[in-house]
Amino acid sequence: MNEYKELDSDILIIGSGGAGLRAAIEAGANGASVVVVSKSLLGKAHTVMAEGGIAASLGDVDSKDSWEVHFSDTIIEGVFLGNWRMAEILAKEAPERVYELERYGALFDRTPEGKIMQRAFGAHTYRRLCHVGDKTGLELIRTLEDRILHMNNISVMDETLITKIVSKDNKVIGAIGFEMKTGKFVVFNTKSVIIATGGLGRIYKITSNSWESTGDGIALAFKAGAKLVDMEMIQFHPTGMVWPPGVKGLLVTEGVRGEGGILLNSKGERFMLRYSPKKKELDARDVVARAIYNEIKNGNGTEHGGVYLDITHKGAAFIKKKLPAMYEQFKEFAGIDITKEKMEVAPTVHYFMGGILVDAETCKTNIEGLYAAGETAGGLHGANRLGGNSLADILVFGRRAGLYASEYIKNAKAGKMGVREIEAEIDNVKKYIDNKNKGVNPYEMTDKLRNAMEEYVGIIRNEKDLKTALDIVYKLKKESAKCKVSGDMKFNKGFIECIELNNMLLLAECMIKSALERKESRGAHTRSDYPEKSSDWEVNIICNNVNGDIILESAAIPEIPERLKKILKQ
Amino acid sequence: MLMEKNRIKIRIYRKDPEKDAKGYFQEFDVPVEEGMVVLDAVNYVTEHYDQTIAVRWNCKAARCGSCAAEINGMPKLMCKTRIDQLGGVVSIEPMHAFPLVKDLVTDVNENYETERAMPEFTPKEEKEPWIIDEMDVLRSQEFRKCIECFLCQDVCHVIRDHTTKYIGPRHVAKAASLDMHPADSLDRSKILTEEKGLGYCNVTKCCQEVCPEHIKITDNAIIPEKERAADGFYDPIMMLIGKIKKRKNGKNVE
Ligand SMILES: Cc1cc2nc3c(=O)[nH]c(=O)nc-3n(C[C@H](O)[C@H](O)[C@H](O)COP(=O)(O)OP(=O)(O)OC[C@H]3O[C@@H](n4cnc5c(N)ncnc54)[C@H](O)[C@@H]3O)c2cc1C
Ligand code: SF4
Ligand code: SF4
Ligand code: FES
Repeated sequence: MNEYKELDSDILIIGSGGAGLRAAIEAGANGASVVVVSKSLLGKAHTVMAEGGIAASLGDVDSKDSWEVHFSDTIIEGVFLGNWRMAEILAKEAPERVYELERYGALFDRTPEGKIMQRAFGAHTYRRLCHVGDKTGLELIRTLEDRILHMNNISVMDETLITKIVSKDNKVIGAIGFEMKTGKFVVFNTKSVIIATGGLGRIYKITSNSWESTGDGIALAFKAGAKLVDMEMIQFHPTGMVWPPGVKGLLVTEGVRGEGGILLNSKGERFMLRYSPKKKELDARDVVARAIYNEIKNGNGTEHGGVYLDITHKGAAFIKKKLPAMYEQFKEFAGIDITKEKMEVAPTVHYFMGGILVDAETCKTNIEGLYAAGETAGGLHGANRLGGNSLADILVFGRRAGLYASEYIKNAKAGKMGVREIEAEIDNVKKYIDNKNKGVNPYEMTDKLRNAMEEYVGIIRNEKDLKTALDIVYKLKKESAKCKVSGDMKFNKGFIECIELNNMLLLAECMIKSALERKESRGAHTRSDYPEKSSDWEVNIICNNVNGDIILESAAIPEIPERLKKILKQ
Repeated sequence: MLMEKNRIKIRIYRKDPEKDAKGYFQEFDVPVEEGMVVLDAVNYVTEHYDQTIAVRWNCKAARCGSCAAEINGMPKLMCKTRIDQLGGVVSIEPMHAFPLVKDLVTDVNENYETERAMPEFTPKEEKEPWIIDEMDVLRSQEFRKCIECFLCQDVCHVIRDHTTKYIGPRHVAKAASLDMHPADSLDRSKILTEEKGLGYCNVTKCCQEVCPEHIKITDNAIIPEKERAADGFYDPIMMLIGKIKKRKNGKNVE
């Protein structure tokens, strides 16, 4: 018999990033009792790192902007793979979510007229990103955190890690996890679960993502029977730091280019003029990332294997006001003064477009009572995400998930988890701790996985590499069954690594299989053996869980209705 | 500096309060890379020598405030402190102002309770969308850079004493960020002095010296809140006028 405590609530929200917190506010306001859990401390979710801003067509700077243009930018840059209805909802509702955030207490930078300031960002037709210097995510999280702390039907259990979402007869009934601070297991009995666990950048060696971004929620949803979509679509941000080694991959915000920064190769050539004469540095991320990748590969790279990003011409005062975090980051970590010296940058894994398949309107998955929102959910961004669209996404769809989950619970009956199921899961998790026998070191396994993904499932892919990666994943799956750590469950990071590794291996397999399946190049997914975009592949690749096996299926992209086709440019 | 052949010795504090009566330091030998930070060294140890060391971190970019610790006795972020800028043996301990969970991890959740007890942002009735001058934004924005690392709480001697009800610099800065919000309608200075022990702060400025975000906590939050409360207590009419005319205009209340 294992020891555990049980906790009842209407809704369990997994994740306290922007999506989770916004969902909690909505569900709480709608009268539901809500428990929010997260792997990190409250207020420290991955979202705090977001820099550039929130995309919303307020038209405060460019009055010609409208939801129609935002919609059309999103669909076109997602290379027609994105779900039109999600894009429409995003574009229409983002402005209200921004004003609402302001009413909750967020303080945005202002225009000379005192309106909300908006900056230019890659592939947005107009200046559209509402921002707070380069710390927009921090302001977003603090504002929502403050709100949540002042609502009394929401309780937060931070540093609590969910290891299983429990469903019965295609209906969610709760989840199981443990508190990191005590090592004690918790069984959450709920009518509804909202997954808001963010992305999976940590599957790669070089990434801008936080420690917690290991895709847990996506893996847990799949294991519970949910469908996954667009798993081959991962975004490489064009500009990550390359030096020193400890911060390799750390993001250099697109805001640098938005504020006028230019890219140069080692010969001093502004190479984007060649790759994208019109949009130059501010073309979509996949275009700029591939250009930098090519320059480095063709021998035009810098000393530490990057290219130069130069904003010195803007002057010290401007740079310190508009990009304070970047100024600080380079000064502290690399000893470089970006007001006087060029930065060195190269692509870094940044954002996951794929994820859990959800209903556009309600964020519902194919499991009853199970919802997903934010980076965890797939569909909105298609083959390429626009900068700023994610913060808009987490507010817009976080709210919707909270709203529809709290409607659902009004007529839903709570299920009951069986004791045997609970015991089995606890045993399954505890097996990683063994103080007598030395097992495989989980860190070695993750290291191998990250290297394989970096090398074989990168910016440019081909069948041979992808198959090599798949073989490695299969091998690691076998070996990692022998992972063991010593100590106990209390704040044991090695133990957590074992759990995350298990999730990451499942997701890597989905990603590689989907990438093998898509025999074309589209957006972030580039195949050197199929370099062209093909109309045959205007489909979403879906991963189904059939008795534990990953079975792929291609589904037609919902057709864009006439009224929206008309507003798509070109 | 103990850096032989590109290796360094680090000492990590170990204690599980449920098991160990006393804490102790464990020494490890770690290879040094260029530009390496303290967190890299600790992670090297957990990945290669001892997976059971409790350490908290998330962004590894000095953005989330998770990795606060005392490094050679100084409150710092582990992910922002470069090894090559430290002299001698590198000793890493948890923050002392908070209850210990295990090894380098402390329980900082009391801070959320303090936040919960502070009156939240309460906007004035105003036509939307709000028109706010950029100048009025700057003052409050300084405090909004706070990453809640709680290093300032850790260094404050009033808090370390544990004998007063002073809520500490982080929370005064938070109150100031709300009070100085151009659209907020409340004045928290009186609550700060009457209920939250602001009077115990004797403006030593230690807090602002350790703030990794370089927030001038004492100069720009604590002193103005103290002065505003003093104004309000002695001269209610001035306070009223201040509320109408001066308070929200982005300048110091002096
Ligand atoms: C450096 C950087 C800058 C960015 N800048 C921008 C920008 O300017 N504009 C923009 O739109 N987007 C930006 N993005 C992207 C954006 O920040 C993210 O996509 C977004 O914040 C994701 O939010 P989320 O709420 O979905 O998830 P997250 O913020 O990732 O939160 C996930 C939550 O789930 C929890 N969790 C995970 N697994 C578990 C588990 N097993 N059990 C319990 N809890 C769990 C975590 O602890 C966390 O609380 C940026 C990203 C990075 C890395
Ligand atoms: S200035 Fe006040 S709050 Fe800051 S450390 Fe000194 S006593 Fe503490
Ligand atoms: S004010 Fe500075 S030192 Fe204090 S918690 Fe915030 S960031 Fe940390
Ligand atoms: S890990 Fe986020 S501040 Fe150090």
